Amino acid sequence: MRTISDWGNYPVIEAEVSGFDTADQLRSKLEHPGDVIAFGNGRSYGDSSLQERVLLTRRFNKFLAFDDSTGELRCQAGVLLSEILDVFVPRGWFLPVTPGTKLITIGGAIAADVHGKNHHVDGSFGQHVISMDVMRSDGSIITCSPTEHAEFFKITVGGMGLSGLILNATFKLRRIETAYIREETIRAANLDEIMDCFEASGDWTYSVAWIDCLARGDAMGRSIMMRGEHLKRDELTDPSRKQEPLILKGGVKLGVPFRFPNFALNPLTMKAFNVAYYHKCRPGAHLHVTDYNSFFYPLDAIDNWNRIYGRRGFTQYQFVIPKEAGREGMRRILKRITESGLGSFLAVLKLFGEQNSFMSFPMAGYTLALDFPISLKAMDLFKELDAMVADYGGRLYLAKDSRMDAAMFEKTYPNADAFRQSIATLNQGPTRFSSLQSKRIGITL
Amino acid sequence: MKTVLILGASSDMAQAIAKKYASEGWGLQLAALETDLIEPLAGDLKVRSGAEVQTMFFDATDFSSHQGAYEALEPKPDAVVAVFGYMGDQIEARTNFEEVRKTIDINFTGMVSVFNIVADAFEKRGSGSIIAISSVAGDRGRQSNYIYGSAKAGLTTYLSGLRNRLAKKGVHVMTVKPGFCRTKMTENMELPGALTAEPEQVARAVFRGMEKKRSVVYTLWIWRWIMLIIRHIPEPIFKKMGL
Repeated sequence: MRTISDWGNYPVIEAEVSGFDTADQLRSKLEHPGDVIAFGNGRSYGDSSLQERVLLTRRFNKFLAFDDSTGELRCQAGVLLSEILDVFVPRGWFLPVTPGTKLITIGGAIAADVHGKNHHVDGSFGQHVISMDVMRSDGSIITCSPTEHAEFFKITVGGMGLSGLILNATFKLRRIETAYIREETIRAANLDEIMDCFEASGDWTYSVAWIDCLARGDAMGRSIMMRGEHLKRDELTDPSRKQEPLILKGGVKLGVPFRFPNFALNPLTMKAFNVAYYHKCRPGAHLHVTDYNSFFYPLDAIDNWNRIYGRRGFTQYQFVIPKEAGREGMRRILKRITESGLGSFLAVLKLFGEQNSFMSFPMAGYTLALDFPISLKAMDLFKELDAMVADYGGRLYLAKDSRMDAAMFEKTYPNADAFRQSIATLNQGPTRFSSLQSKRIGITL
Repeated sequence: MKTVLILGASSDMAQAIAKKYASEGWGLQLAALETDLIEPLAGDLKVRSGAEVQTMFFDATDFSSHQGAYEALEPKPDAVVAVFGYMGDQIEARTNFEEVRKTIDINFTGMVSVFNIVADAFEKRGSGSIIAISSVAGDRGRQSNYIYGSAKAGLTTYLSGLRNRLAKKGVHVMTVKPGFCRTKMTENMELPGALTAEPEQVARAVFRGMEKKRSVVYTLWIWRWIMLIIRHIPEPIFKKMGL
């Protein structure tokens, strides 16, 4: 037994923890009855990968095959996105979809059906999965794809590890000519401006905005839009970069060596950060070239940044509301958040494109993600926000959630009932895939 | 292309080391008792780097097989990294001599058997790196693991002597002491974060240490100081401590 938690350090639990090297080893572990869940690199925020018994997938991390002509990569589910980038960026390939951290496993990327800055163009990660092998709780292995065992595939993508444990997957990488991004940053003075900016950014492959969730009144929703494209080889001007356009020189790695005391992040320090960050960007639009790490993964450069929230831990409240409800809804919700003064410095806004998956989070509309240190006040605020989000026909992201109740899940995920029934059928044996989260929101018993 | 021979290639640490060498463009010879565990690794390394990868059976305690195994290697390796080891059960070792023998045979005698052969070959050739994973447990005997610890102490001493012999012959000998490491042996244990290395950190330390021709490498710098202090606690006090 040891203590274990996900990225938010909330909740922290005692669990029986073990990994496996082969499918056979995993099968023999599944012979022990009880509830189990896969645990990748612990980057979901809440309790999606927590259970009294946890199966670590990080050791199951081998590349299996790569086709240089098509970009099709087959690998075991414990491989990190960062390992894929390290190996394949120098060969001219990039991930089809990546979230804001590269420190997640492929299994986690599929189970949470993660999205990135290109969702409005390329959809979520699951849409790029060509096929995968999944071990069910009875030890059998199902090979599934959008056409083979399609029903099982459908509930596994975005299925939060409840249909089985993803063993390996095949998906397609995208061609790149350089390891750099042509980035444009635009300062927007308020919510209307940034939303206009998103509407006008549909042609960009990548777009996202950092939003100051402490600014109030006329400045509410002031933001910095960051949009980008993979840089073409002939667009590189720097001669040293031109020589090896796909190779990045090692950057400086910072770290947070210990948990900050809880008071380190307070309204004053957060406000100071937000004001500084906003004004660091001059008004108007600015073009520059940046490397893919700085563009996609700024926080990965700081080891253990979650420790700044101290022992109490934190959660990320990420919701999406449909585009029709967008402006009015976002204004009302943001107003409630700024009034509370509880938000912190990491708030991210993005306009999603269409998505028609079974259990996945994204839908055509606006998504906002904010970090909150855990507190009773924050928990009360989330309840209020839940009601608004549900009213507008939106929902919360399971990979970030640690506190939503079953009623909220039921109301906001249209396939909740069908999903619960499918999982119940798969979980009939003595061993069940189930997480603390799936129990809390009523997917599993 | 340079080639590294990794002995005991199925462990987490060895796999991380193999990946590191592959990423640096080395060819690999992977040897292990459980060959079924190194086949997926070999496949992975081929996808990673297109490196030459061979896999082979190797039993650290089948001493008489070692000479033949080395002679069969083609090409002869530029570096040998021995990662195999056996933690053993200290309590059981007090009463079961088989457990003692196994701990010593794998951690000490097996290493010596292999390196005697490699050392002669490298000495003749006048080049090469001999690298072994020893342990901070060998720096001072403690009640919780002195059988394992004394086998590792023997290994550390052997390597020190070998280094002394081969330093003038152009052969590099490196002793690696990882401290706590997050591996399958420790995955269900509570380990102090600041003192615990990931296998990838050990791998980087091994490769960098080889390039810089280091003699003794502690993966995390803090362990050098911890062990320095532990070694210098006077015996009358040390013997009363519950380490």
